[in-house]
Amino acid sequence: MWYFLMSDAFTFGAFLISYGTIRFSSVGWPDPNKVFKSYPFASESAYAPLVFVSIMTFILIVSSVTMVMAVQAGQQMRKKAVVVNLVLTIIGGLAFLSCQAWEWHHLFTEGAWWGRNPFPNADGTIASTNFTNYFFTITGFHGFHVFSGVIINIVMLIMTLTNQFEKRGHYLMIEKAGLYWHFVDLVWVFVFTCFYLI
Amino acid sequence: MEHTTTAHANHAADARKEIWRVTGILTVLTIVELALGFYMMNVPLDEHSKRSFIKGVIIILMISKAFYIIAYFMHMKHEVKNLIMTTAVPLTLFIWFIIAFLYEGNSYKNLRNTYDGHFRDRKEIMAPAHKEESIKEIKAVEPKPAAE
Repeated sequence: MWYFLMSDAFTFGAFLISYGTIRFSSVGWPDPNKVFKSYPFASESAYAPLVFVSIMTFILIVSSVTMVMAVQAGQQMRKKAVVVNLVLTIIGGLAFLSCQAWEWHHLFTEGAWWGRNPFPNADGTIASTNFTNYFFTITGFHGFHVFSGVIINIVMLIMTLTNQFEKRGHYLMIEKAGLYWHFVDLVWVFVFTCFYLI
Repeated sequence: MEHTTTAHANHAADARKEIWRVTGILTVLTIVELALGFYMMNVPLDEHSKRSFIKGVIIILMISKAFYIIAYFMHMKHEVKNLIMTTAVPLTLFIWFIIAFLYEGNSYKNLRNTYDGHFRDRKEIMAPAHKEESIKEIKAVEPKPAAE
């Protein structure tokens, strides 16, 4: 799993570095604080930059913590604790996906999509579609990883409930699933910093 | 028998404590990153060196978060040294990767600004002020359906 994660790290790294290259080669770029300033059920004029993405980051970090708890419980052969923590991790993953889906939908209603960028650059000049293209591609690729991670965790949960690991005598598979989940959290740390903070 | 159970329980308790400690560290690092992000919103765009310095600090915080997640959540710190090396050494390629591509992106911008008149002119075009106008403009350039 570590070596698959290395290959995935280089893929995400390539996406993010190409994003950086295009940004460095552009004169103007939209201000993320003017673009990502809303949250669910907010009014049209809400100005709350960084709020919603902070919630998303917190959800993913907490789901990583519950995943570590699940792995540790597995090492001690405590099946009930494994189940509880896996369920919490799955809920965290689904919550993150829901938040990301809302963010995408909200931006779409403002006219953003692949090939469409309604947001001006920070200095007021007309922006290229690179901004939205990169945003949707990279967060979409990451969201796909979160989705597959949730599926893997559901499979782990079913295997735990049907006593597969009790039969094997060890919960090592949960540890491998845990590595994938932490990788997904790690990538989010980089993605959210690159798009929202710097 | 009791000694090994107690030792086992102590080890488990220590492991849990370490995870909560790391969770706390990650939370603090994230909050500091967000605070810097908020602060940077009030630093005007032309104060380049100040903004770049804050961005540099945010990047350093991001990398330390990565180290904590890999070392403790992914348990790398407690793995065999050789495994750590087989993953850490190839990742040093990223240093070259990042420097080379960002330098090239910047150089591309400078060359285009010097030699490409169209690029120079294009960056003067202001975006339409009103939101409805920009959506109208987007709709205007969308291909018309070939119904006729």
